[in-house]
Formats: sequence, structure tokens, C-alpha cells
Amino acid sequence: MLHINHVSKTFNPGTINEKKALSDLSVHLNPGDFVTIIGSNGAGKSTLFNAVAGSFYVDEGSISLNGQDMTFLPEYKRSRIIGHLFQDPLKGTAPHMTIEENLALAFLRTSRGNAPFSRITKKDREMFGERLRLLNMGLEDRMTQPVGLLSGGQRQALTLLMATIIPPKLLLLDEHTAALDPGTAEKVLKLTRDIIAENKITCMMVTHNMHQALELGNRTFMMSEGRIVLDVSGEERANMTVQTLLDRFREDTGNELDNDRILLAK
Amino acid sequence: MMYIIQTALELGFAYALVSMALFLSYRVLDIADLTTDGCFILGAAVSVSLAASGHPILAIPAAMLAGAAAGFVTAFLQTRLGVPSILAGIVTNTGLYTINLMAMGWSSNLSLLKQATIFTMFRKTGIGGDWYELIIIAGLTILASLFLIWFLSTRIGLSIRATGDNQDMVRASSVNPKFTITVGLCIANALTGLSGAIVGQLQKSTDINGGTGIVVVGLACLIIGETVVGRRSIRQNVAAVIVGSIIYRFLYAIVLKTGIVPIEGLKLVTAIVVGLAIAMPTLKDFIAFQKKKNAALRQKGGR
Repeated sequence: MLHINHVSKTFNPGTINEKKALSDLSVHLNPGDFVTIIGSNGAGKSTLFNAVAGSFYVDEGSISLNGQDMTFLPEYKRSRIIGHLFQDPLKGTAPHMTIEENLALAFLRTSRGNAPFSRITKKDREMFGERLRLLNMGLEDRMTQPVGLLSGGQRQALTLLMATIIPPKLLLLDEHTAALDPGTAEKVLKLTRDIIAENKITCMMVTHNMHQALELGNRTFMMSEGRIVLDVSGEERANMTVQTLLDRFREDTGNELDNDRILLAK
Repeated sequence: MMYIIQTALELGFAYALVSMALFLSYRVLDIADLTTDGCFILGAAVSVSLAASGHPILAIPAAMLAGAAAGFVTAFLQTRLGVPSILAGIVTNTGLYTINLMAMGWSSNLSLLKQATIFTMFRKTGIGGDWYELIIIAGLTILASLFLIWFLSTRIGLSIRATGDNQDMVRASSVNPKFTITVGLCIANALTGLSGAIVGQLQKSTDINGGTGIVVVGLACLIIGETVVGRRSIRQNVAAVIVGSIIYRFLYAIVLKTGIVPIEGLKLVTAIVVGLAIAMPTLKDFIAFQKKKNAALRQKGGR
């Protein structure tokens, strides 16, 4: 499904700020995989997502999705089949456009063969209302209000809905609940789970919560210095505790996990 | 008196198209498009030239096409060649001076004498009596505004709006911002060209320097309209543009008639009004901060 082959990326090469963010990284995702990713600050988790989503082109290696080579495909073309959510809830929605218009934009990006003058119909609008009702946030009654009036949690839930209104081939969740208050984060996480399970979306999710990393999904990556240093799934993963996960990390890298948020969340 | 009202309405509707263009570029796309001044005259020059050679109707779409081409150049400079958006407009605008002279047959002004215009042709039908000019202008402007309202609700229109609102989100929605900016500026400048085309044929003449400051006047109309009508929805915004433009032309007529402000001073007054109106949010913040600071200082001093 997703094939990442020997991908490397260095930022600011040849300067004092040179940073090797991805280092000969290879990984293969099966259809329906739900991978959780943990790692230290600067381990390359977000960089990996940005490389897959196409925010930049990689220096070396190739990326393909469903057999289609995407290495040099621009971001706006990849986003037709890849959904990408960020930690910042403000990044995923247009604040001066209404809830309905935001959804329309997300929906029309793939549904009508990309025709430039396509518009949403009354039926689509009803479908938006139904989907919004599932969020349980009362947004279905506020469809003509600008998104800028919503709270961070509501905006993130809306972004999630927009990314999955037409199920993407691959969903990238970059700590998408980290900036929300605990109650809202819980709610958005549950929604995420439901939507992914229902549509069998292949998904990668960065989290700083070790429990969450082991509890959600079917596979866990640990990243360090631009590499995936640990890839567990199946029975091995099922028997893992947070402590054994930390021990494995120390064994494999010779370092302590130094993400203070991870340690606090432990 | 009736004549003044009629003229103000006519010019109000005709110049509303410039404000509509600025609404699209400045408000929707968040780009200050300085192509406007030259583009307006380009529209007028193409329109008057074609009318002079006997094609007054063809002149209208031709002027719009010319405007769109000017918009394309500005968009190309900024999206493909990395020229900062304001500079891109200024560069195109400067180049247009020569293009406009060329469109006017290398003369700095051009007048229609006995040749037909869309207005003289329509007059012969006898519809509307003395108001025939207003009917055409208002008709074209309302048609353009209906088009704009429809357009901004299509996929490409929504994409253009999102481009000015949140670039991150746009790329994640399978939209190429380079493309949306280009389409947006082409349409905006086509509207400006249409405005020039109408005014040119209405006044039966055009002058190479006639466009100076059009962009500021257009912004003034936009701001007046938004203040009076509001800007909560696209429909309201488009209506605001027309209302604002008509109000401005009435104010202009009053100034002209009463001489409160010498007519030479009107551009300065307009510039000051626009400058202040755009600065308003910053000024409000500053005043609020000063109040808070002074209150805090007073409390401290009193203790």
C-alpha cells in the first residue's frame, strides 16, 4: 500500500543549521494498517509525514502509494488521496468561510471528478448535516456560521470530518489532539477511531502518549534520528507495556527517550 | 438635479465593477493588486478603439479579455517567478502604459465622434427613455455581480476564497494556490477591464492618464459599502460594493456642485479616507492598549 524506500532528507545542507531529518528510511504499510508513532523531539516524525504528504520533495529514495509513484508529485495532487491533520487546529480550516463551505471544498476535491465549476447540491448539504450530527457538537445547526467562531476542538473535529468525508487512501494524524483540552482530545480521538474503523482507512498517527500508542491501532513505530528504530505488531505488541517499550528503545538506540512530554504523559 | 442623480447612478454602477474586482483581489485573495489603474485604461482603450472601428459590442468582451491578460501577467510574475505581489502589480501597471498607448494607436487620448457605441445603439430601441444609459450599465454590473456570486460558490470559487484565507488548508484540499491566484486575478482584472470599457464608451473618450488613482477610489467605495451594508456573506459583500460605489459618486457630485472641497483636492481626501479606514483596526488596538496601560499606571500610582 504505502512503500517508502530509502528516503533521506537534509534541511539547510551545507550551513551551520544543517539537519539530517530523515536518514535512509524504508518502511512498508499494509492496507488497513493503523500505525502509532512515538519518538523523541526532532526524531523525524513530522518530517516523515511531510515527506509522504509532499510538503517538500525528498533528497533521495522514493515514495509510492497503491502502486503509484508519488516521489515528485506536488502536495496538492497527493492530497486528493492523502488526508493530513496537524497539531494546530487552525491549520486545517478556512476561518472566514462557513462550516458548509469548508466541507464543500473538502467534498468537491474528489467527489465530482475535480470539475472546476461543480457545486454542492441540496442532497450533499443534507449529508453534511448528518455527518456533523455524528460529531455530537451541535455543529449541524451552525452550518452557515464562519469556522473562525468555533473552538479549537470543534475545528479539529471538523478538519477530521473534512479529511475523511471521502475516505482517503492514507490518513496522517500528526498529534492532532495534542493542542486540545483533555476532554475534547478524548472526544476527537474516539471520533478518529470510529471513522478509521468504519472506513478501514490506512492510517499513521504520531502521539506522545505511550499508553495511547500501544492501545490504538495494530502496529507501533518508534523513531530516532530520522530512522524507524522499532517496528512492533501482532503478539509482541499485544504483550508490551509502556516499560518494556521504553526498555526496548534504550536497547535499540543506547539512549533514553528524551521527549519530556512523553515522560510526563507516562 | 435629475441629471446629477442620473450621472451619479451611472458612474456608480460603472465604477462598482472596479470595486468588485478589488473585492476579489484584496478581500478574497488578500492581494493588493496594483494592476488596476493601468488595467482600467486598457479596458477603456480597447473598447474605444474597437468602437471607433465600428465594433462597439465586440469591444466589451475584448476589453474584458485584455484585462484578464493583464491580470495573468501580474499573476504569472508573482506565482511562477516569485515577484512580490505588490511589485508584480506595479511592474505590469508600468508596462501597461505603453500597451495602452499602443491600443489607442500611439496617441495619448482617443475620442469617438459619430461612431456608434453600445449606448447609441440601445437608444435607438427607445427602451427606458432618458434612462437608457443607466439600464445598460446597471444591467451589465448586476450581471457581473450575479456571475461573481455564482462563481464563488463553485469548487474553483471556494478554492480561491480558501487561498486568501488559509494557504495550508488549500494545499491539503487538492488545490494549487498558484492556479487559484491566477484565475482570481484574471477574473478581477477582466471586471476592471469591463468597467473601463463601459466608462470609455459612455464618455466617448479615453485618456492615457485617466486611470490614476482608480485603485484607491475603488477601495474607498469598497470600504464605504462594507460599512453601510456589512460583509457577512458573499452576497452582502457584492451588494456592498455596488452601494458603496453609488454613495461615493453621490458624494463626488455633491462636492462638485457645492465646492465644499475644491475638486482638485478630492483625490487627497479619498486617499486620506482610505488610509484611515484600512488603518482603523490597528488604531483601535493602539487606543485600547493605551487606555489599559494608563488605567494600570493610575492604579499603581494610587496605591
